[in-house]
Amino acid sequence: MDPLALTLIELGAVVFCLGLLARLAGRIGMSPIPLYLLGGLAFGAGGVVKLEGMHEFAHLSGEIGVILLLLMLGLEYTAAELFTGLRRSWQAGVLDLVLNFLPGAALALLLGWGGVGAMVMGGVTYISSSGIAAKVITDLGRLGNRETPVVLSILVFEDLAMAVYLPILTATLAGVSFLGGLTTVAIALAVVTAVLMVALRHGHHVSKAVHSENSEVFLLNVLGAALLVAGLASAMQVSAAVGAFMLGIAISGATAHNATRILEPLRDLFAAIFFVAFGLNTDPTSIPPVLGWALVLAVATAGTKMATGIWAAKREGIAKPGRFRAGATLIARGEFSIVIAGLAVASGAVPSNLAALATAYVLLMAVIGPLAARFVEPLVKASTRSRQVPAQA
Amino acid sequence: MNVDETNLPGLGRRKDFMTASGRRIGVVELREGQTELIVSTWDDPDTCQASIPLTSDEAATLGNLLGGQHLAMKLAEEHKDVPGIVTRQFSIAPESPFQNQPMGKACIRTRCGVSIVAIMREGEVLPSPGPDVILHTGDLLVAVGTLEGLDSAADILRHG
Repeated sequence: MDPLALTLIELGAVVFCLGLLARLAGRIGMSPIPLYLLGGLAFGAGGVVKLEGMHEFAHLSGEIGVILLLLMLGLEYTAAELFTGLRRSWQAGVLDLVLNFLPGAALALLLGWGGVGAMVMGGVTYISSSGIAAKVITDLGRLGNRETPVVLSILVFEDLAMAVYLPILTATLAGVSFLGGLTTVAIALAVVTAVLMVALRHGHHVSKAVHSENSEVFLLNVLGAALLVAGLASAMQVSAAVGAFMLGIAISGATAHNATRILEPLRDLFAAIFFVAFGLNTDPTSIPPVLGWALVLAVATAGTKMATGIWAAKREGIAKPGRFRAGATLIARGEFSIVIAGLAVASGAVPSNLAALATAYVLLMAVIGPLAARFVEPLVKASTRSRQVPAQA
Repeated sequence: MNVDETNLPGLGRRKDFMTASGRRIGVVELREGQTELIVSTWDDPDTCQASIPLTSDEAATLGNLLGGQHLAMKLAEEHKDVPGIVTRQFSIAPESPFQNQPMGKACIRTRCGVSIVAIMREGEVLPSPGPDVILHTGDLLVAVGTLEGLDSAADILRHG
């Protein structure tokens, strides 16, 4: 068959299947990410159906998907929100980082994946899915709850941590020396600080540069700027994703809001292809051997996120049920864990088992997270009640 | 009254306060512009029993109802020494013949001796409105007069 025809047919079939999966996810009220990953596993190397034609397209689209994911993460919070979030909740943020980075890093060392593997797996277990958390908060009607700002400010801190972590990760994956690594970190920190300052003082200039009343012009402006900045950042070894993220932070106010609205469909499409592409490159037969470890990691890091949430909520004077709700909302891991694992796998600096472990881990956490958030409250109430009953007797 | 304002990064802003009965009540203003009315549960002030999305019309109407009640109670208190004088609230329904018309057109004072002392609109009070004020759907008119006068004023506002 004509290669173009084959590519189109494969791509169409995959996107159509993704639509069906997303509909299924919506029907049962879960995040579509685990289903996309499963879809990718089924189509990829060693899967049920083998797709060869769309490989190149899937790869580039996946990259664009990552850039859009990070751009929209940056658009989500204004620079002012990032600053106040940082000032108010840095203790909780640091605790979150330590408690949730360590289990992943420790397991990677235990499995003999070395420092690079530890750096990657730590990131995978650290970062909560802000997408799933926000959906859980809205779906369960917890917008007005007192623990919600606590949860959100931890997510804000994680965002900022990502801006520093990603360049370090890129440098580590590229195998630069310790000194070189330090330089990258210094550059990254300087860039992050500079962008935040610029966004805070002159955010409206950046917004003005891309803004347009015409939605077509606006879309092209934002997308073009994002790809340009991402490409430049990538050329400077700072990771394309970070460049897009920084641009997102610099765009503020109404422009940011409009950009989010206009980019959302694009992000959904390319991010879905990114998850599928990640699944495509993972051999499903490599998952069962690491499933046990994924389970151990899932239980451990569900516990550590819970502990983070409980501690942070307690500091804000929130009662017991609210503390558990805060912890459970943070449990879900999703898009950004896969972004990190994807960067690692693409660089070739980590063993292929890592992709399998990360996939299995995210599959578990993206499902466990929302379930835990939903059922933690009745569980806590039931346990306090059963303890109160004997006391009254 | 001490209203707490809390930022919800990425989502919006919450404004709430504690009632004397121990419930937290307030609104969440989402970035997309929607408003949600929130009421805490009785046993856990941290959580919400209800989180009700309101359109801007609904929010304005609710504001009028609450504010109008307050105003009417205050007026009734002031008029309690004058026998036969009553305070009542009229809302302008979408089918009212006077919507988008100046209030003077209804000639309420001339026809039934009733004074419109205030209009509640979108949570704001327009005190002593003149005859040129344009009435809108959802406006709450606070009227003072005799019982009979108020009855006929209600009839005029509804049917012209």
